[in-house]
Amino acid sequence: MLRLEKRPNPSKFWQYGTPVVAVALTMIVGGILFAFMGKNPVEVIRTIFWDPIFGEFAFYLRGQLLVKAGPLILIAIGLSLGFRAGIWNIGAEGQYIMGAICGAAVGLAVYPTESRLIFPAMVIAGALGGWAWAMIPAILKTRFNTNEILVSLMLVYVAQTILAKASTGFLKNPEGMGFPGSRNFSSFPAAANPELIAGTGIHWGVIAAFLVAIVGWVILSRHIIGFQIKLSGQAPRAARFHGVNPSRLVVLCMGVSGGLAGLAGLFEVTGPAGQISIDFNVGYGFTAIIVAFLGRLNPIGIVFAGILMALTYVGGEMAATNLGLPAAAIQVFQGMLLFFLLGVDVLTNFRIRTAILGVK
Amino acid sequence: MLRRTLMTTAAAGLGLAILGGSAALAQDKTKACFVYVGTIGDGGWTQAHHTAVMKAQEHFGDAVEFQWQESVPEGADSERVMTQMALGGCNIIFTTSFGYMDPTNAIAAKFPNVKFEHATGFKREHPNVGIYNARFYEGRAIEGLIAGRMTQTNKIGYIASFPIPEVIMGINSYFLNAKKVNPDVELSVVWAYTWFDPGKEADAAKALMDAGVDVIAAHTDSTAALAEISKAGGKVIGFGQASDMAEYKPSPRVTSIIDDWSPYYIRQIQAVIDGNWTSEDTWDGIAQGTVGIGEFTGLPDEVTKEAEALRDAIAAGSYHPFTGPINKQDGSAWLAEGQTAPDGDLLGMNFFVEGITGEIPQ
Amino acid sequence: MDFGGINPVILVASLMVAAVPIMLAALGELVVEKAGVLNLGVEGMMIVGAISGFIAAVATGSPVVGFLAGAAGGAVLSLVFAFLTQVVLANQVATGLALTMFGLGLSSLMGQGYNGIKPPLTGKVPFGPLADIPVLGPILFAHDWMVYASIALVAGVWWVLRATRLGLIIRAVGESHDAAHALGYKVNRIRLMCIAFGGAMAGLGGAYVSLVRVPQWVDGMTAGAGWIALAIVVFASWRPWRVLIGAYLFGGISVLQLSLQAGGSAIPVEYLSMSPYLVTIVVLVIMSSGRGRASLNAPAALGQNFHAAR
Repeated sequence: MLRLEKRPNPSKFWQYGTPVVAVALTMIVGGILFAFMGKNPVEVIRTIFWDPIFGEFAFYLRGQLLVKAGPLILIAIGLSLGFRAGIWNIGAEGQYIMGAICGAAVGLAVYPTESRLIFPAMVIAGALGGWAWAMIPAILKTRFNTNEILVSLMLVYVAQTILAKASTGFLKNPEGMGFPGSRNFSSFPAAANPELIAGTGIHWGVIAAFLVAIVGWVILSRHIIGFQIKLSGQAPRAARFHGVNPSRLVVLCMGVSGGLAGLAGLFEVTGPAGQISIDFNVGYGFTAIIVAFLGRLNPIGIVFAGILMALTYVGGEMAATNLGLPAAAIQVFQGMLLFFLLGVDVLTNFRIRTAILGVK
Repeated sequence: MLRRTLMTTAAAGLGLAILGGSAALAQDKTKACFVYVGTIGDGGWTQAHHTAVMKAQEHFGDAVEFQWQESVPEGADSERVMTQMALGGCNIIFTTSFGYMDPTNAIAAKFPNVKFEHATGFKREHPNVGIYNARFYEGRAIEGLIAGRMTQTNKIGYIASFPIPEVIMGINSYFLNAKKVNPDVELSVVWAYTWFDPGKEADAAKALMDAGVDVIAAHTDSTAALAEISKAGGKVIGFGQASDMAEYKPSPRVTSIIDDWSPYYIRQIQAVIDGNWTSEDTWDGIAQGTVGIGEFTGLPDEVTKEAEALRDAIAAGSYHPFTGPINKQDGSAWLAEGQTAPDGDLLGMNFFVEGITGEIPQ
Repeated sequence: MDFGGINPVILVASLMVAAVPIMLAALGELVVEKAGVLNLGVEGMMIVGAISGFIAAVATGSPVVGFLAGAAGGAVLSLVFAFLTQVVLANQVATGLALTMFGLGLSSLMGQGYNGIKPPLTGKVPFGPLADIPVLGPILFAHDWMVYASIALVAGVWWVLRATRLGLIIRAVGESHDAAHALGYKVNRIRLMCIAFGGAMAGLGGAYVSLVRVPQWVDGMTAGAGWIALAIVVFASWRPWRVLIGAYLFGGISVLQLSLQAGGSAIPVEYLSMSPYLVTIVVLVIMSSGRGRASLNAPAALGQNFHAAR
């Protein structure tokens, strides 16, 4: 009989080893699934993991990995702060939407003025929009002790309704022949967030994601706030003795995660997405939660997790188009990868022992 | 730094253009690619497109290679999928949702040798972009006629998705043609604010029936509404939407609007093979077969005959579902006696016609 | 009896049907959370239950077999979650979200070839003349048997949690797994069984969508019901009968806003469609204000993994 024994300290080896094991396991089990569906498993796995980085069209796809990973990383880092402190903001999707709407509204309000100040103003509005939306669950939590998981989740649906309203109503493109959707920012240079270096996919959102990763790492490892966050998550009582104000921490963590989600939304709507539309959000806010955990709530880990996640999207799409796999098979494959990544993490903190029967 | 940036830009731009070009030249077999917004099994919009693709594949056999990608979100993801397809050697790319409009035009600019066809939009910014749509309002007119004739309560219903011209056009056509044969008819519109949520669609149908409505048309994609209607024990009828929904024959489904894109797909792919593809704005209807009218079932003979006559008249071009005099809801004049609606008015339609009591959520 | 063009009797009768899937799923999740586990994968388990039930019902022609298979499908999927969180101690929030993603993909794969098929009809319970009683008839005596079964399940869960030893153990495990462990209970095994029960209930709810509510199979047909179920559990402050009320309220508001439109009321649709969520938030605030966590009845160990040191 196998049993787990807690390690005194997390294993350094497995901290880096588990993702490799997980990916390898996913390839094997996923390969069996693909073979079962009548596809060549080696070809499918190569298309998903190898081709986007080293294949024929990698010059284009590498940049697209960053485009896809950027918002995931940006949101996930914000979320990871709260998660470490035991504050569960799972409504990043709503904050992402509200950031996009607020930022876009500022830009569209002054259309077609050309000024260097417009885009920075939109960035601020976007961050504020996400922040404000996150403040609702934060303040309800600190004032009334209302469960933030639920409130933030509920607010996602409210935000989606507002998004539908925005794209069919107050932000609708007046020259759009009555169709839903705002003006496209690609035709409004002062408010656009274009590809900064052609072919690389890098836009301001990607740069922001990497900057935030560095700042996040510094805060968590060097700053008193980082210490307070970690302490609150591990030992809430001890944190209180150390003078940590739990309410302030809730407001801070929710605010930061909301603001970053709002930023991600703003960069996405002005750049890759181009416009506010009914289905503008594609679930980055939820996927980022998984990314945060895959990255072990560590900013640097999150960067890699975000890129890995992006790889399964981009590569998975190629496998679907070129090899005729149903999109659902890719989704199952992604789910498996997540399961394995989450599951093998046990090796970091635990040793597996074979217990002798009868002895407990 | 600036110089360096410029050089990478040029190199990357060139790379895309050359690859796009060579890929298209390198192969002799034509490749047609499709970008879907839903899954093939969504039972509605995407399924209709995919059925057409399967028909086209049967038609062309080995001469044409087909590729498709399901569940592509509108926005950045669709641009990537289109670029991958163009790089992968697709000669013609069909993008099958309104939200792909700007991405399609953006990618088309980068691949001048690849043809792009965008469904249900209005932008053609490049010579290699064509647009296509179907005159679903023609089918709505036939549903309206049946509704006007068949209703016992004089209350007819419409399950609407979003307040966009496509839907408003359908509502107006349905109502006008019901009113034509039954001046007492009243229309209830329920906005579901979704294209696809079977539970909600069923609830919407139920709500309409509870309000006394006995003929229901749906602009949402699933069969949930028909399933709900069938529980009413034959007192209420409805229509198939997007596909024939034949499993609800002969009643409550009395006819259907079938999206059949296959004639168009076969025509356009053939044009690419022949090298005479041109950018067009195509709006096909019953006449071309894009809007298919399903078999009439469970109706009295005289209503069936009347509906068939209307279908044939629309196909022949002798009747237009929007023929004046028609006033807008606020009473202002829209079409004069005998005048038919210009396509531009229809495509941007944002008002109800006179006689509809509800309001369009603005 | 008409208010603004709406017949309240018909409204109540239809909301009772609309509420069944979310009620079943929420009831299962309630037990899971009572045992101290937060499973956010309800949507994934529901949709897998929907297709499992559909396939079985079509294959056998029996809705009963379909519902059983739906429950089994949901339970099997939940065991993946149970293994990851209880055996290898993975994070519950992330695993639950991954479960939803996996379930949506898996159901779509399983469902290929099942589009456009009609499942066997789930019959109404024959109450005979009772169904013709005015007002009470349509509300109480005109439903299919799953409506009654779901209410019975609420009662059953309430009774088990409140009055049985098993309920006591489940609550103990959810309140303090260390204390429960010290008393000799196998915390992870109990939680595993609760998770499987939660999966079965979610699967049952999903099967109700594919066999009764819609009835057919389409990809992604649960359309977010699992998330609403999660909300209802908290809304109900972890009490079974309040789950019933919460599900009726949620089902009621969504039915009501459609009925108001059908009845011709000029109420802005978009505000109505966001109203269930706003109402939930308001109720949450009212319930939790000023009285602290204890009054909310939340299991103290919710979301925390347990590893027996010895």
